[in-house]
Amino acid sequence: MKVSQLSVFIENKSGRLADVTRTLAENSINVRALSIADTIDYGLLRMIVNDPVSAKASLTAAGFTVALTEVLAIEVPDRPGGLAGIIDILAASGINIEYMYAFVGKSGENAIVVFRIEKVDEAIPILQEKGVRILTGDELHSL
Amino acid sequence: MYYWDKDTECMDRARLRELQSQRLVKTVRHAYANVPAYRRKFEEIGLTPDDIKGIDDLPKIPFTLKSDFRDNYPFGMFAVPMDQVVRVHASSGTTGKSTVVGYTRGDIATWSELMARTLGAGGTTKGDIVHNAYGYGLFTGGLGAHYGAEKIGASVIPISGGNTKRQLQIMEDFGSTVLCCTPSYALLLGESAAEAGIDMRKTSLRVAFLGAEPWTENMRREIEDLLAVDALDIYGLSEVIGPGVSYECMEKSGLHINNDHFIAEIIDPETGAVLPPGSVGELVFTSLTKEALPLLRYRTRDVTYLDDEPCPCGRSFVRMHRVMGRSDDMLIIRGVNVFPSQIESVLIDIEGTEPHYLIVVDREHGKLDEMEVWVEVSPDLVSDEVRALESLERKIAHELHSLLGITVKVKLVEPKTIARSEGKAKRVIDRRDLD
Repeated sequence: MKVSQLSVFIENKSGRLADVTRTLAENSINVRALSIADTIDYGLLRMIVNDPVSAKASLTAAGFTVALTEVLAIEVPDRPGGLAGIIDILAASGINIEYMYAFVGKSGENAIVVFRIEKVDEAIPILQEKGVRILTGDELHSL
Repeated sequence: MYYWDKDTECMDRARLRELQSQRLVKTVRHAYANVPAYRRKFEEIGLTPDDIKGIDDLPKIPFTLKSDFRDNYPFGMFAVPMDQVVRVHASSGTTGKSTVVGYTRGDIATWSELMARTLGAGGTTKGDIVHNAYGYGLFTGGLGAHYGAEKIGASVIPISGGNTKRQLQIMEDFGSTVLCCTPSYALLLGESAAEAGIDMRKTSLRVAFLGAEPWTENMRREIEDLLAVDALDIYGLSEVIGPGVSYECMEKSGLHINNDHFIAEIIDPETGAVLPPGSVGELVFTSLTKEALPLLRYRTRDVTYLDDEPCPCGRSFVRMHRVMGRSDDMLIIRGVNVFPSQIESVLIDIEGTEPHYLIVVDREHGKLDEMEVWVEVSPDLVSDEVRALESLERKIAHELHSLLGITVKVKLVEPKTIARSEGKAKRVIDRRDLD
């Protein structure tokens, strides 16, 4: 159910993001979704890629610090209130969302949103009970 | 020219030498009899107090190091029982443990006298109002200057450090005539006064006694201009006594060492050999009158040279040039001694591994010294959450603050961005212009 996300620590210096994307390109890694959290001195680049293990290895070899985190890729109905419905389920169960960002591409008529959830193992059955579809890594990468 | 005790300060050099010899013999006996650490050092090389008959025998005595204070922490270097110790002070050591010093009632009297000479050399009298902005506490600066000013009979404002606006207001309202603080704080006061539109030429401030950190002739000119004062350099370290070890006269050309209480030598830091006057090397002090903490050939790690030419002021005390640097990696930030090893120990405690870090020290114009610690983010430390990284920065900054007592900015950087040379990382970038 869970999907591996890469987090790369990047100092706020020109060219560093380009270094990351070039390294991924040279290793034929496809970026499927990304978001950047930034502070004054540095940023955290979070990515879903088609091959997280080799992406981590190639970025580490290029001198970056990389963390792998488990996140959920959740199908969200592509209509007003779609996202609200899912967030309501989590809120009602007292489960906190650390952060989230949208996936590039769709699953049928539905959008895909990446959720980083505090109590992920508790969240999975609660969401599934309510009929929310959580994509596996394989499903995600075959889209 | 001004003097507190002209007869002593201008004593005949032959008489001074004789006095030093007598006092050295006595100090060696006192240290040997009462401090096991000194006795062991003597025994190791087969030296006895009887071998020290005068000042010519000084080079026979083994050196004392800062590590001796750590090895005998906290009171092991004291030569009197604690019921005779009336005060302790402390400064940072190279690792977690501080360097602890003690004073008998007699030592406090000596220290007060030496600080009276220091302040007196700049014309301080009982009619003065002394604005003492050195920190009060374990640091010797605050109480050292305080007791000296009281000894003279001046009115002391024990304002201590911080709250610059209030300092300026008190200085104006109370009519402070004498300022005691670090040179960088004097600059800050001057800049702040200018910003606040205070014309220092119209205030009563006349002279400033600045020490506890390295400074330059350029800074002296700037401070004298900004504050409309004579700025005099003063020197001391807690192991020797605190401020009052040496002081400038109005000639402003080197600091007179209180030679009736301390003998200074300059040595080659590599070989330990004594160098002649004029040679640059490491400054070594031997105390001649201290009771609680006799000090034999203490290596200060401060680099300078001695000048034994007569001074136009008439003082017979040998002068030392202002401190030119260090023979170890100690930094002085806002009067606080900081060793890279201290920062390393904090990072090891937090990270659990050998950290890669860089200390960047800067002194922006008219501001106090700033210290940044750059820490490489290892794979164990990195997170997908910004707040985890921010809390890591805060934790490191907090630990450093509680150990060092000064605010440190912590900055996380990418791995391998801190230059490594010959397998050993360069730990310090000092951007302060101190040459």
